[in-house]
Amino acid sequence: MSKEDYTGIWVYAEQEKGVLSKTVFELLAKSADLKKKLGGRDEITAVVLGKSVSGLCGELFSYGAEKVIVAENDNLAEYSPRPYAKVLTALAEKYKPSIFLLPASAQGRDVAPRVMCNLRTGLTADAIDLDVDGEGVFVQTTPNFGGNILSHICIKERRPQMVTVHPKVFSPNEPVPGAAGKVITEKVEVEADDCYTVTDVTPRVFEGKPISDCDVLVAGGRGIKDEGDLRMLSELAQLLGGELACARPLADCGWLPHEKQIGQSGTTVKPRFILNTAISGSVQYQAGMHDANCIMSINHTAGAPIWDVSHYGAVADYTKLVPALIAEIKRRKSGNG
Amino acid sequence: MLINLTEEQKMIRDMAREFTKNEIEPRDKWMDENGFDFDLYKKVVDAGFMGINIPEEYGGGGGSAIDTTIIVHEFAKGSASEATFLDAHWMAADLVLFHGTDDQKKKYLPQACAGKIFAFGLTEASAGSDAAGIKSTAVRSADGGWVLNGGKAWITNSGVADYYIILAMTDASKGNHGISAFIVPKDAEGLTVGKFEQKMGIRGTATCELAFDNIRLPADALLGKEGDGFMMAMAALDGGRISVAAICAGVSEHAMTVAKDYANSRIAFGKPIAAFQGLSFRFAEMATDIKVMEMLAFDAAAMKDSGKRCTVDAAEAKLFAANHSLQICIDAQQVLGGNGYSKEYHVERFVRDARIFSVAEGTNEILRMIISGSVLAKK
Amino acid sequence: MKILVFVKQVPDTDDVKLDPRTGNLMRDGVESVINPLDANGVEAALELKEKYGGTVTAISMGPPQADDVLKKALAMGCDESVLLSDRALGGADTLATGYPLAKAAEKIGGYDLLICGRHAVDAETAQTGPIIAAFLGIPQVTLVDSVSIDGEYAVCRRVLPDRFETVRVKMPALITVCSEMNTPRYPTPINIMKALKKPRYVWNSRDINCDPEMIGAAGSPSSNKEIFEPPKRNTDTRYFTGEIEEMASAIADTLEAEKLI
Repeated sequence: MSKEDYTGIWVYAEQEKGVLSKTVFELLAKSADLKKKLGGRDEITAVVLGKSVSGLCGELFSYGAEKVIVAENDNLAEYSPRPYAKVLTALAEKYKPSIFLLPASAQGRDVAPRVMCNLRTGLTADAIDLDVDGEGVFVQTTPNFGGNILSHICIKERRPQMVTVHPKVFSPNEPVPGAAGKVITEKVEVEADDCYTVTDVTPRVFEGKPISDCDVLVAGGRGIKDEGDLRMLSELAQLLGGELACARPLADCGWLPHEKQIGQSGTTVKPRFILNTAISGSVQYQAGMHDANCIMSINHTAGAPIWDVSHYGAVADYTKLVPALIAEIKRRKSGNG
Repeated sequence: MLINLTEEQKMIRDMAREFTKNEIEPRDKWMDENGFDFDLYKKVVDAGFMGINIPEEYGGGGGSAIDTTIIVHEFAKGSASEATFLDAHWMAADLVLFHGTDDQKKKYLPQACAGKIFAFGLTEASAGSDAAGIKSTAVRSADGGWVLNGGKAWITNSGVADYYIILAMTDASKGNHGISAFIVPKDAEGLTVGKFEQKMGIRGTATCELAFDNIRLPADALLGKEGDGFMMAMAALDGGRISVAAICAGVSEHAMTVAKDYANSRIAFGKPIAAFQGLSFRFAEMATDIKVMEMLAFDAAAMKDSGKRCTVDAAEAKLFAANHSLQICIDAQQVLGGNGYSKEYHVERFVRDARIFSVAEGTNEILRMIISGSVLAKK
Repeated sequence: MKILVFVKQVPDTDDVKLDPRTGNLMRDGVESVINPLDANGVEAALELKEKYGGTVTAISMGPPQADDVLKKALAMGCDESVLLSDRALGGADTLATGYPLAKAAEKIGGYDLLICGRHAVDAETAQTGPIIAAFLGIPQVTLVDSVSIDGEYAVCRRVLPDRFETVRVKMPALITVCSEMNTPRYPTPINIMKALKKPRYVWNSRDINCDPEMIGAAGSPSSNKEIFEPPKRNTDTRYFTGEIEEMASAIADTLEAEKLI
């Protein structure tokens, strides 16, 4: 079995309670681009698992799938790592796609490595770009060390070439209503995993709006020395009608929940205004906010990469400037300006 | 580095450094303004620092003088107060370790390891350098116990300690050799803790006056042999002085680092002020002096660990360190110009902290007596 | 309970740069530390041991200096450590990393719970844990922020973007943990002094019966074509200058102009 025997681009059509993840549409759009660059012969196939999910085919076709494989079984009603991995593995072995793209969601990142291991192939995580090089090789670009170093990865021999991609890295195409394609229904045999039972689900309650919904953000980064300083950043955010967010280091150490993290491995935001405080501005951070309308930064290092993306800047110690700024804003608001 | 640290010692150093950076340094300004930090003290206990110097059989770390020097050195880079608190506690616990009966060791040392605070009380309002001038007395009572009268001043950890090792005169006719040591619990009836001293520096340590009004102590409150108190105290001070030398090195390094960051970022006349030799040369002096302080402290610690008498080495280490650390802190403050005068920039606190070390645990004058006595006596 | 916890040594900074001459990573002057999420994993393991009894083995794969992170794990309280160190294991992608780690777990045997940090902060693939579980044929629960034991089961709470899930998983199982889970304890000096006397094993690929085709570069389906620094964005930045008060005032002016205040 050589790599030439593998053809086609697969997109894992992640769904939850009958709703497809938006990232699926983004990946379908990128698949069309890749198909062209690879010579036009690879069929774009969406693969969807669940109990009764054939109703999702229409949407998948409208966003660019040329074929949909529907794998249905009662035991696939809810996501479970091993049954889903087993089915995806079996399908991949049967249909031999050359490329297999999955959303880098909780579910995607949970199941993709098991499938990749079962297939003894390569899996590139969190690709920020996908392309085909001059020799027709499929190349994935991924960040390392917080994004300060980028790598071009390729999976030379093994197939399928698996990749997970974060939401909003690519854009979906305009849906074409009524588009149609081939549907393959696979009646898969799979047992439920007796060892893995979800016994309780509780919705999470967040303080404030999701940061992707905020017009104004004040973000803190690695340079924030004391967890208590977040209070003053929060106060500043409120004075500006916005909310607190952070760069990855503050989420990694638990000072703020992951949901408040801006960046490649966090959330991509496009606020009207963002104030970066003590954030160096790594590539993965910039990738998450560079489209903001007005970017202002405070950092005590003149050479920090954050200046590359900032419209306004103050090379200063935030522990002094932020309190002074808060005082000045309060002064103006109370009419003493 | 003359001293080669073992793997474990490097790990201890790294761990103490991380603990200082994360937990101690951020609290130093608060301690300066508010006094003893009980929350931080709990973290110090949980992190296992209280019993480093005490053997494992009593629940301690079985650490050497090098180990304790490493730790206070790192602590001092974040807070002179916290380092001094720990050093004073260890010094007092050491007295029990070296001079206690088996019963006393079994009773008190595990408590010192588990976090009960110990304090060492020699100095009085009218007797510091002249130990024989202490006026506290301990008189045998009919039941074989003791009655303690008098008071103490300038005792580090007084007011927060659980146990005081108090030195009192048991036989005034014998001068220094009439002093004995006693273990006094904080709740002893007749013990009054006065208000906290408003000190110039190391304000994160608790320092109060103590008054003893007919405190009745049991017979086993006597630590060591009657009359040995002065000798015990002097030996304990050797260890304390080594720690202080390391603390001075730590405070100096902290001051130099703050000054360095400032000099590298403050722009004047078109460039960072670190570019001006008048300033940069100062850093050369600071760095060299700090290195010497470290080497003297660790050398004296190694001497202590080898079992050899280290009184002169400890005195030399502390004398050099005390003299130079204050000057380094002042120089660092000068680098910060006007900002050095502001509490926001921290360095003025280091100057105030460093001021005490030419006095506490043996004044510079006493140290010079010790050293010159040793030099001049040599053949 | 027998717990295996996997720890990785990573650079202590996001500021890793490329040497402009060679195009390779410049590691000089960059300290290496235990992956922070693996420290959460060690803490989780130790808390389980304190509550339910058992042993904790720390495992790492890397060059000899990776031993430093194992020493830290021992100093935090793990009972023994295993270092997989072998040139043949070098140059591995995630598949060829998960495989030897799984083989090490096999050699140790008798495990109940395997713990990994959710991801390593250098590459952030989050794959190693699931790959180990796949090779061992055991269930996995990722994104765990709390865990307790109920007989043969581990009861885990997963943190998902919009909800918490409680999952009962039958052991042996592998979990990956989040930073919210706990605050890793400081290695106490006492534990540091005991750490290096604990059993410490160093195994090469043969000791753990690795198929040579599945390790190192040979066993890595993925390869790195090249590494490069990303093109810098270029924005004209207007800097505020002067003393703090002046800057604050100028910033407030701008905020007013942007109708933010």
